[in-house]
Amino acid sequence: MALTEQEKESARAYWKTNVRIILISLVIWALVSFGFGILLRPMLAGISIGGTDLGFWFAQQGSILVFLALIFFYAWRMNKLDAEHGVGEE
Amino acid sequence: MDQFTINLLFVGASFALYIGIAVWARAGSTSEFYAAGRGVHPVTNGMATAADWMSAASFISMAGLIAFTGYDNSSFLMGWTGGYVLLALLLAPYLRKFGKFTVSEFIGDRFYSPTARLIAVICLIVASLTYVIGQMTGVGVAFGRFLEVSNTLGLLIGAVVVFAYAVFGGMKGVTYTQVAQYVVLITAYTIPAVFISLQVTGNPLPMFGLFSEHTASGQPLLERLDQIVDELGFNEYTVHHGDTLNMVLFTLSLMIGTAGLPHVIMRFFTVPRVADARWSAGWALVFIALLYLTAPAVGAMARLNITELMWPEGTDGQAVSVEQIADDPEYDWMATWQTTGLLGWEDKNGDGRIQYYNDADADMQARAEEEGWEGNELTNFNNDILVLANPEIANLPGWVIGLVAAGGIAAALSTAAGLLLAISSAVSHDLVKGRFKPDISEKGELLSARIAMAGSIVLASYLGLNPPGFAAETVALAFGIAAASIFPALMMGIFTKVNNHGAVAGMLTGLIVTLVYIFLHKGWLFVPDTNSFTDADPLLGTVKSTAFGAVGAMLNFIVAFTVSKMTTPIPQEVDDLVESVRVPKGAAAAAADH
Repeated sequence: MALTEQEKESARAYWKTNVRIILISLVIWALVSFGFGILLRPMLAGISIGGTDLGFWFAQQGSILVFLALIFFYAWRMNKLDAEHGVGEE
Repeated sequence: MDQFTINLLFVGASFALYIGIAVWARAGSTSEFYAAGRGVHPVTNGMATAADWMSAASFISMAGLIAFTGYDNSSFLMGWTGGYVLLALLLAPYLRKFGKFTVSEFIGDRFYSPTARLIAVICLIVASLTYVIGQMTGVGVAFGRFLEVSNTLGLLIGAVVVFAYAVFGGMKGVTYTQVAQYVVLITAYTIPAVFISLQVTGNPLPMFGLFSEHTASGQPLLERLDQIVDELGFNEYTVHHGDTLNMVLFTLSLMIGTAGLPHVIMRFFTVPRVADARWSAGWALVFIALLYLTAPAVGAMARLNITELMWPEGTDGQAVSVEQIADDPEYDWMATWQTTGLLGWEDKNGDGRIQYYNDADADMQARAEEEGWEGNELTNFNNDILVLANPEIANLPGWVIGLVAAGGIAAALSTAAGLLLAISSAVSHDLVKGRFKPDISEKGELLSARIAMAGSIVLASYLGLNPPGFAAETVALAFGIAAASIFPALMMGIFTKVNNHGAVAGMLTGLIVTLVYIFLHKGWLFVPDTNSFTDADPLLGTVKSTAFGAVGAMLNFIVAFTVSKMTTPIPQEVDDLVESVRVPKGAAAAAADH
């Protein structure tokens, strides 16, 4: 299925925005798991929660909750973006 | 009614349900066989993906691994959920837009190379088969324990059941069967956890119970647990003891492997629209998170319960006596599990008591000398029995134990079925139709899919009887292969303009280097004693073979980019294909073309 020049231009802008949203999401993804959950845990050691520290919570529960939020945010944001650029499905 | 009858009743009823659904949803055309006619709702699809994903490793094994290691095994929790973010953002929508049936078809078309497709098929088959071997081992253990038959007979019964609904039902049967399996397994996992959380903390929600107050001592649960295991010379539960680099790479391997495993990716071919593929990944993670948020609570509370049972007067009092273990109904579970050979104790110093402590710890050795102990007397506690034994440890009613039996079996069966489907479509669609006999009829293709499925279950059952290693090690190999070979190729196919030579060289590098690294540590083709290194002292610094998938993936990317830069750029029509995969518009048309 061939696209017109105008459609191609719109598709390129759409893709650029998509990649930016993905990058921001992946930074958060890495921050809560590899960051707060593992590497930055010593820095969060002062913040206590239920008998342990915040890093432990992120490693065992917090990161999972953030992952969920990220996926739903992405789905919502991209479906909106599809409509803005007219590249969505009916 | 005795426990055996109750278990039989629960497992039997759940089977009847799965087989009933498989028969009811018998597949007709090839399109229905592979992708359920693309009519599956995102929530339904998410639930089926969750059942597909959560195997014996998640259900039976994971909480036990966390319980006895503590914080360091958080990798499993982050790794096996974080992969869904990668799937949802980097793969699922575009592969749905591409609109074909299998992962290798995408790789073959995108890299305009039958060789690339063939290598992808090999990676898929090796990864899926290794994974299914681990599942069949789990099926054997669960059936053997709860039907009170031998491991071998249990595995054979399980193989027949998987065969029945996977071969005759196809994807549609599997999708709806897996919804039923999800309901069974999550109920079975949650109910005992709620009971135990109430007993230990008074909080009915295990995920909050984990961070609540321990009712008996008035201390926060985790603080209490840290204290009690520390007093016995074990590593404190919440403290990081292992190597940080290995933990990061292991977590990353599990994440990338999740996004590269074909049976999970295939799920996103079954939704009607690209938008639904995005939602589906989210729903899948919702249903997975229900178990994964509960698992760490199950682990911590079970560890506390077990430790307190062994030291009824507290860690500075007297240990539990041999008589109490034999007579007190609270300790009945120990006798039950002793018969499986997965739990064992021995009164080494003959004082009539069983001292459970870390006999490698210097402080404890001093105390042992003083008290006349001769080593840890709880000699064997297999981590994998924890979840299955948990309801018995907490003295829960018989029907809960029966339910957990059904849940464990559901977890192992559902994943085995999904993997078999991935293997059968790789063989029939990619190998037979795509390479050897392109003019095969639809009927012939369906037949070859079923033969492939039957063949792989026979092979997997055989290898499951004589597994190449522990189930967890086998599963780790599957993740390593998927992470190092499939995921980078898919991602580069969508986000970059890497060419055919780059993809082929990258996949081969990732696959071979990872396999070699694993074989060097686990033995060539898993033959014992052929290994040159061990995971305790690995070849590369602190990187264990289970964590190497992430390194293999990085090598794949580097090689692919380098080779691609040095060879001819991709042709115009492939460039157009990449551009079209990036936008959702026209996904329905792409599917109809097929």
